[in-house]
Amino acid sequence: MTAPRVERPGLFYPKLPATWWLRNANYFRFMLRELSSVFIALFLVVFLVQLHRLSQGPGAYAAYLETLRAPGWIIFHVVALAFALYHSVTWFNLTGVVQVVRLGERQVPPRLVAGASFALWAVVSVVLLWFLLRG
Amino acid sequence: MTEETMTLEVTRYRPGHDREPRTQSFTVPYRTDWVVLDALNHIKDRIDGTLSYRWSCRMGVCGSCGMMVNGVPKLTCAAFLRDYRPGPIRVEPLANFPVIRDLVIALDDFMEKLRRVKPWIIRAVEKPVSDGEYLQTPAQLDAYKQFSMCINCMLCYAACPVYGLEPAFLGPAAIALAYRYNLDSRDEGYRLREPVLSEAVGVWECTFVGECSVVCPKGVDPAAAIQRSKLAGATDWLLSMIMPWAGRR
Ligand code: SF4
Ligand code: FES
Repeated sequence: MTAPRVERPGLFYPKLPATWWLRNANYFRFMLRELSSVFIALFLVVFLVQLHRLSQGPGAYAAYLETLRAPGWIIFHVVALAFALYHSVTWFNLTGVVQVVRLGERQVPPRLVAGASFALWAVVSVVLLWFLLRG
Repeated sequence: MTEETMTLEVTRYRPGHDREPRTQSFTVPYRTDWVVLDALNHIKDRIDGTLSYRWSCRMGVCGSCGMMVNGVPKLTCAAFLRDYRPGPIRVEPLANFPVIRDLVIALDDFMEKLRRVKPWIIRAVEKPVSDGEYLQTPAQLDAYKQFSMCINCMLCYAACPVYGLEPAFLGPAAIALAYRYNLDSRDEGYRLREPVLSEAVGVWECTFVGECSVVCPKGVDPAAAIQRSKLAGATDWLLSMIMPWAGRR
């Protein structure tokens, strides 16, 4: 960590209130994006438990699936899905800003880069869905 | 017909007298072609000569007239009264900076940060003047031009909650400037700037709130510069892990 700032006498040092993220819509959206990772992490824990149950045999797995049918768990999954989508969409929107793609001497417009990322996401999702729903 | 007016709620702070800033209201004439800075000048000339604030060019070039206007960092010479009707307009010193007096903030911290990123062209070996200029193609200029438009107005620091919470953070404009020189085909100072950028309070302190780029009056997009610096730093680190023998740049 860095040493705390030395405050000079006579100056007024403003403090950022804990509610700073309520000040404007952008700050709020940022906080939502940060919060989304908590839900994604929780979902992954649930998913890992699910895999563990699967390894314990069909009986244990079926019992676990039954637990997940409870309304509380369904609500949790809907919320987690919403946050995961929000996180993914904001993430892909930012790829164009962060990753500079050049074609020859020209820079590819950030929107196009983001668009390509979305397209790739859609293709991968469709392939996965087809794979999962096939059988 | 009575003359139309507007109210400005201006932050006042007298060092040595006030424990903390307070607000004072002033009524000024409303003119469609007036900016907030004109209203402040009117107050200083006609109502209260003790009001202190910085300005110089009146045309968005010098970067000294930045203040919070209704809570948003703005160049007051570019913030028209007509966009804030019917008012009142809240005028405060730039957020996140220590206040010296009224609307004047301390610049030392920002100046020190600018110096640390060595914002000038660094050459391993300077070539003699008789060898002529360092030439650059239009494409090489384009690579960094956007990041060279910064006027050091510090609006981006006022918009950055990370800087508000951790004043040691190098911050948007300084990082954008470091990135600008790193991108310059004439520059060879990457290795010297890298340690400053990759410190804990360098690029990695940024959590990408992105508000710096929203408020920047010059379209610099410091947030992009920071994220790209992260990417460059991380790629660099990875390459040095895989191929320790190959010195990059
Ligand atoms: S990056 Fe933009 S907002 Fe920040 S100091 Fe430069 S011109 Fe001002
Ligand atoms: S007075 Fe120079 S930028 Fe506003």
